[in-house]
Amino acid sequence: MAFVSRGFRGRRREGSDAARMPPGQYLTDDFPVLSAGPTPHTPLDEWTFSIRGEVDTPKTWTWEEFRALPSETTTKDIHCVTKWSKLDTEWEGVSVDTLLDGIDTSAEYILAFCDGGYTTNLPLEDVMNGKAWVAFGYGGEPLEPEHGGPARLLVPHLYFWKSAKWVRGLELRADDEPGFWERYGYHNYGDPWREQRYWGD
Amino acid sequence: MARAAVLGRLTWQLTDVVEFVDETPRVRSIVLDAPEWPGHRPGQHVDVRLTAEDGYQAERSYSIASAPEDPHLVLTVERLDDGEVSPYLVGELQPGDKLELRGPVGGYFVWTVEVGGPVLLVAGGSGVVPLMAMLRHRVGLGDGTPFRLLYSSRSLDEVIYRDELDRLAADDGIEVVHTLTRSQPDGWTGYARRIDEQMLREVSWPAREQPRVYVCGPTRLVEGVASTLVALGHDPDRVKTERFGPTGG
Amino acid sequence: MEDADLRLDGNAAAGMFGEIFALELTSARARCASCGTIAELGAEPMYVHAPGIVVRCRNCDDVMIVAVHGGGRYWLGFTGTSWIEAREPTQP
Repeated sequence: MAFVSRGFRGRRREGSDAARMPPGQYLTDDFPVLSAGPTPHTPLDEWTFSIRGEVDTPKTWTWEEFRALPSETTTKDIHCVTKWSKLDTEWEGVSVDTLLDGIDTSAEYILAFCDGGYTTNLPLEDVMNGKAWVAFGYGGEPLEPEHGGPARLLVPHLYFWKSAKWVRGLELRADDEPGFWERYGYHNYGDPWREQRYWGD
Repeated sequence: MARAAVLGRLTWQLTDVVEFVDETPRVRSIVLDAPEWPGHRPGQHVDVRLTAEDGYQAERSYSIASAPEDPHLVLTVERLDDGEVSPYLVGELQPGDKLELRGPVGGYFVWTVEVGGPVLLVAGGSGVVPLMAMLRHRVGLGDGTPFRLLYSSRSLDEVIYRDELDRLAADDGIEVVHTLTRSQPDGWTGYARRIDEQMLREVSWPAREQPRVYVCGPTRLVEGVASTLVALGHDPDRVKTERFGPTGG
Repeated sequence: MEDADLRLDGNAAAGMFGEIFALELTSARARCASCGTIAELGAEPMYVHAPGIVVRCRNCDDVMIVAVHGGGRYWLGFTGTSWIEAREPTQP
């Protein structure tokens, strides 16, 4: 039996939400900030969001155009690969379905690209049909830069490193291109319910 | 207690808590018995790991306060009210308990006699801990390298190792300069503000004397001091920094 | 948490590196593959509050080293580093 520190419990919240917790996760009330680099600060008048790659006509929205799109609020549980989970988080954003509306593509994968150079890859079907948003609001307030503002990708059914902060667009691809953490040992897909944290899990 | 360092990879080891020394209302030194300790150099730290019964673990780094020639391994920890590990270390942990740690860690933020001097130490709050190990080592060896400590605290009550620093400052080659940023006792004639360029000009050796500088504390203080010293002409490679993050850890 | 708070020194990676490498790396010098700057790894800005540890070049901010530890394995990526120069250990 491994060593146990007498009397240590840690900062986790106990809860009756066990059914909502993927294996190996702990509940938190905080919203920890994890980052691989400095926080970008792109001015809104320079910010754009693009859909490019395997499409006939790439699309780009300015911030005003993006905010004029239909948006919705959604409440989701989120799960970080570093083992914390946060339940009932409230987001406001534009559904990726809205952004992909009218786009014809044979692509099966996307690579999300972001200010600061971060990337993450996903199967296209994992951001369609109500599974993903580009979120600009959290907890009823504009999304703060340290949490990915002005806008981040939100894909709550996968580990939260896939919900790329400071997202600037999606590149539609025929082939799967591993993103930042996926190239450095993290799992290519990242399903928290199958505990797919690391490469080869 | 100091043996020659064994070359090899770090592993977790169990240590025994011997006793505590309460330095200030929120800061406690934890005296440990570490039978597998390979020895260390002043400035290095340890990683402490706490494990709950269900396997949940939390890890934090703490600087080693003791000098290599001291009989026990000592960590000095500031209790952060919203912390996860420090309230356990300063509050729950008892003499007779075991503490799991890994170390010594770090070779960059280290002073030994071979490094030379003069040495300027700049501390913010609990950032004084690794610098104290350096001071204790210099004194323990009877070495004569000139040392100067510029130590920023909120108030006199919060100065860690206060009495010991007063005693050390009686040594010819050691100077201790305090600045108290939030409140000062009646009759205080020392600095009473955050460390700034003017204070560094007055306290530091000039760049042409090429002091070795070690700056430790909250990130903002460390970055401000380091960039100011570089702007004053100090070689960036002679200004070493250890950032604690937003708080002590 | 402000941005400055996310950024520590390369020294903060010493624990993980110490488990993997016998030689002390944070006092080793490394050359950035992007801009050629050479500095001690302990002096480089490091982001530890991440799914892994990311060491960036203090001059150009490009990623030099990524280290991930989990699931009983380590992954080390040195793509952004031309070389690391580590001294043979001397007795303390």
